[in-house]
Amino acid sequence: MMVRLVLPAHLRTIAQVSGEVTLEVDEPITLRRVLDALEARYPALQGTIRDHVTKERRAFLRFFACSEDWSHESPDANLPAAIASGAEPLLVVGAIAGG
Amino acid sequence: MSTVRVLAGTRKGAFILTSDGKREKWDVSGPHFAGWEIYHVKGSPVNPDRLYASQSSGWFGQMVQRSDDGGKTWAPVDNKFVYEGVAGTHQWYDGTPHPWEFKRVWHFEPSPTDADTVYAGIEDAAIFKTTDGGASWNELAGLRKHGSGPKWQPGAGGMCLHTIIPDPHDPLRLFIAISAAGAFRTDDGGETWKPINRGLVSNMIPDGTAEVGHCVHRIALHKSNPNRLYMQKHWDVMRSDNAGDSWTEVSGNLPTDFGFVIDVHAHEPETIYVVPIKSDSLHFPPDGKLRVFRSRSGGNEWEPLTKGLPQSDCYVNVLREAMAVDSMDECGVYFGTTGGQIYASADSGDSWNPIMRDLPPVLSVEVQTLA
Repeated sequence: MMVRLVLPAHLRTIAQVSGEVTLEVDEPITLRRVLDALEARYPALQGTIRDHVTKERRAFLRFFACSEDWSHESPDANLPAAIASGAEPLLVVGAIAGG
Repeated sequence: MSTVRVLAGTRKGAFILTSDGKREKWDVSGPHFAGWEIYHVKGSPVNPDRLYASQSSGWFGQMVQRSDDGGKTWAPVDNKFVYEGVAGTHQWYDGTPHPWEFKRVWHFEPSPTDADTVYAGIEDAAIFKTTDGGASWNELAGLRKHGSGPKWQPGAGGMCLHTIIPDPHDPLRLFIAISAAGAFRTDDGGETWKPINRGLVSNMIPDGTAEVGHCVHRIALHKSNPNRLYMQKHWDVMRSDNAGDSWTEVSGNLPTDFGFVIDVHAHEPETIYVVPIKSDSLHFPPDGKLRVFRSRSGGNEWEPLTKGLPQSDCYVNVLREAMAVDSMDECGVYFGTTGGQIYASADSGDSWNPIMRDLPPVLSVEVQTLA
């Protein structure tokens, strides 16, 4: 399945991409699989969204899918069908924090 | 004619300033990595165009950037710093055990003999090493596991390993410093370490002369005599004449002996510089006067250097990584402030000029003298 992903501007710079990222991800479409595919395509992003070892989400990042906050869902839960089909993008968002 | 290159890390990006040997006019490039905290940028003594930069962010964590062309272009290298074995605990601010957690790289120290070998000082305090130009990092775990680790505690800025000094004459000897654990030395290339804090007195720890727990802010040495070390501690300016085995206070006539930076003149091993800061709660200079103090006798007797520096209403700080010297015939001295100025002196500190003055808060300043 082709999954669309929107990254924060700083991570687009690191990955050297502009606009959305499109990733081929095997079903079932879960956060873990999407992020695995992202980090495989763009190794420089390893450690920037989730911890290298624990794979836990970095505290000041959030995952939004179809207007819902998926930040606290299991990384192995199925994402909404609209994300899996590519109809809607998965958003990685920097929390409002810092200065 | 020589070229001088200043590598400045700031709260919101890196800047590279270049000048000829006169050090009057400066070309500026940057911000590099705009929006990210750049704790440190340092070049290899072997290949000065090989630079390593610590790029970090509260949102996105740690990146390590490497340049092979003097900072014109950069590429990310490995950013994975994983403690060896079970990380264990150190002391938290309230004295309770706290798990060791990687937060950021404070300092890169490229090897004096190999451009692909670099030491990294990190928070929570540990030392890592790469021998492949940053493609992978491995901990020199003998430091953290030397036995006193559970007693180490963070300073206000975090429990950072911020100073790494290779002995220029002994490839197996390194000096490091941690806030707030103290100074340590290895004589076997990082396998084993010993605390070198005898003579330090710190009133804010239960046993003021304890083996560890001291908030050392910076150490410096002159390459001609690596047995002589100079230290700016939280309070007190100290000197060791035996590679850190013991220390004596050399604060002398300083208006305050609190501060962060200390550095040594490139050609005069007894000439050292500090920037006195009023106190640990008032992180600004005494009397609103930004003064560098110079001793030409290895401490104790200090003279204020004020020409070209603001002498009223100045309330900036100068952080521990933010002073450096060049090695031109007339030694240049440089420091950056939390107010975004970088001041430079092309005459050993006698007079100063701001070579940049509206940067984000300056976290680090390094200088390269290029042929």
